[in-house]
Amino acid sequence: MRLSRGIVALALFFVAMAAAPLFLGDYPLAILILVLFAAYLGQAWNIMMGFAGLLSLGHALYYGLGAYLSAALFAHYGISPWLGMLAGIAAAVATGSAVGALSFRFRVGGVYFALLTIAFSEFTRILFDHLHWFGSSSGLFLPVTGRAGADLVSLRGPTVMFYYLLLAATAAVLLLSRILLDRRIGYYWRAIREDEEAAQASGIDVFRYKLAAVALSAGLTAIAGVFHAFYYNNLYPETIFAMGRSIELMLPAIIGGLGTLFGPILGAFVLVGISEGLTSLTAGLGIDGLKQLLYGLVLGLVVTLQPGGLWPWIALRLGLRGAMR
Amino acid sequence: MTAAPLLEIVGVSKHFRGLRAVDDVSFSVERGSIVALIGPNGAGKTTVFNLIAGVHHPDTGSIRLDGAEIAGLRPDQACNAGIGRTFQIVRPFGGLSVLENVVIGALRRSADVAAARHAAREILSRLGLAEKETARASSLTLPERKRLETARALATGPKILLLDEVMAGLRPVEVDAMVGTFHELSRDTGLTILLTEHVMRAVMALSHHIVVLHHGQKICEGTPEAVARDQRVLDSYLGAAAPATAR
Ligand SMILES: Nc1ncnc2c1ncn2[C@@H]1O[C@H](COP(=O)(O)OP(=O)(O)OP(=O)(O)O)[C@@H](O)[C@H]1O
Ligand SMILES: [Mg+2]
Repeated sequence: MRLSRGIVALALFFVAMAAAPLFLGDYPLAILILVLFAAYLGQAWNIMMGFAGLLSLGHALYYGLGAYLSAALFAHYGISPWLGMLAGIAAAVATGSAVGALSFRFRVGGVYFALLTIAFSEFTRILFDHLHWFGSSSGLFLPVTGRAGADLVSLRGPTVMFYYLLLAATAAVLLLSRILLDRRIGYYWRAIREDEEAAQASGIDVFRYKLAAVALSAGLTAIAGVFHAFYYNNLYPETIFAMGRSIELMLPAIIGGLGTLFGPILGAFVLVGISEGLTSLTAGLGIDGLKQLLYGLVLGLVVTLQPGGLWPWIALRLGLRGAMR
Repeated sequence: MTAAPLLEIVGVSKHFRGLRAVDDVSFSVERGSIVALIGPNGAGKTTVFNLIAGVHHPDTGSIRLDGAEIAGLRPDQACNAGIGRTFQIVRPFGGLSVLENVVIGALRRSADVAAARHAAREILSRLGLAEKETARASSLTLPERKRLETARALATGPKILLLDEVMAGLRPVEVDAMVGTFHELSRDTGLTILLTEHVMRAVMALSHHIVVLHHGQKICEGTPEAVARDQRVLDSYLGAAAPATAR
């Protein structure tokens, strides 16, 4: 394939991101980490909703499973977070598959499926409030060591280490999404998203492909949970499994463009940018809730003006087609 | 030894809450033939299609494709067994391109996307949709959507193609073009077709054999000429004016 403008632009983007820590201090870097968390999670959620049309309002569940399992295994037994990650992925995939299988088998679709995802997530939050091994409601903490040396094996290290891990993970999921969309599974997901009955009539085992979307999305989300645990070092069920997190997690894909490849990444920049901008704007005013109100207004405006998301609109203007859609 | 029919429907019934939509219907479709299932609105034609394609499961009776029982299969299993169907109320993948719609059908035969695209393009040009391949399916006109519906079903590589009123709403010239397309398909590929149609012009021009349904029951079957002369068919469906418009 020709080296299209899209590929070149994308390469430049990742080079710039990779170079950023050389020029940025700790604070801007921490903001960029927020962007990368949002971008990565938006991509993971997008696989379910954007590709296969399955609305999950409970992705905090999979995030929390990744975070808690890896953190607890490390805190109690000193097990490497990478092994903990495997446990977290396994738990998230199993839980996601169970939620999916239950709904799809009994033909719970659309909004009712979304409600079920909330129910599972909320149930897990309450459950974790009472599990001592996970620190229950008073929280699970990881020992904070010096952030000088980067210990990749046990994920103890400075901000910049997490920055590069998240950047690599974001690039990897972008590549994975691209590859999957071009394969049979990607076509089948989009067929299911567009019309499940017609998809079935075309020979597609809808149950199986929907389950694959949930499992993949859940597993990828758990990975971000692991990074969260080792970056922030403290976990509370109230914040990890919060409904608000599940909502926040969907926004980059919605703002950037559902079902698009670069949309969630663009959406993450826009969202964190707006949020940070509003924080500094409203900081001196001392009016409670003003920031949240303005944030909501801006999001409402974006969604009203560009219901398909920002990326399709920008991609059209940049003359990008195909590869970067 | 005579070859067994490709599709055999034996004593099939289906009722919806007391309504006998299909009542003890039997008929068969010979390999390579074009058979029409006709009858007034609500006769049960679409329901028969849905029974064959696995959307509904018959209360009684058996449906055999190539000798294997297919009644009770899921729609995707029926498709994989060799049933390609169109929907009377078209169901395109609206947000996808015309080509992608047909590629999805073609992927049933091979997981290789490049091969599926190649096969899909061939089918699109057969159905006169080649120029539309990059258009969004939702932007097509109704006649185009009906052809897309047919292309997608054909792309799955069916043993038998079920066409549910794909010529409804077409102008006479367009009907003739579609009839030509199906004649060619049947001649070139030996494809077996079962169709329902109210456009008698198409039914008479295409079918080797006609089955007439009325209130869920088969009231008559035979060659087009025989069926057009049958008094029960004239009374229930074709009416006095029909033979004149038949050709
Ligand atoms: N899923 C269903 N639930 C309840 N009743 C149904 C269902 N599908 C069909 N019917 C009823 O069964 C009868 C046969 O309908 P069907 O759609 O098979 O007729 P048809 O011959 O295809 O008619 P048309 O020419 O109008 O398409 C009708 O009375 C219809 O209302
Ligand atoms: Mg019908």
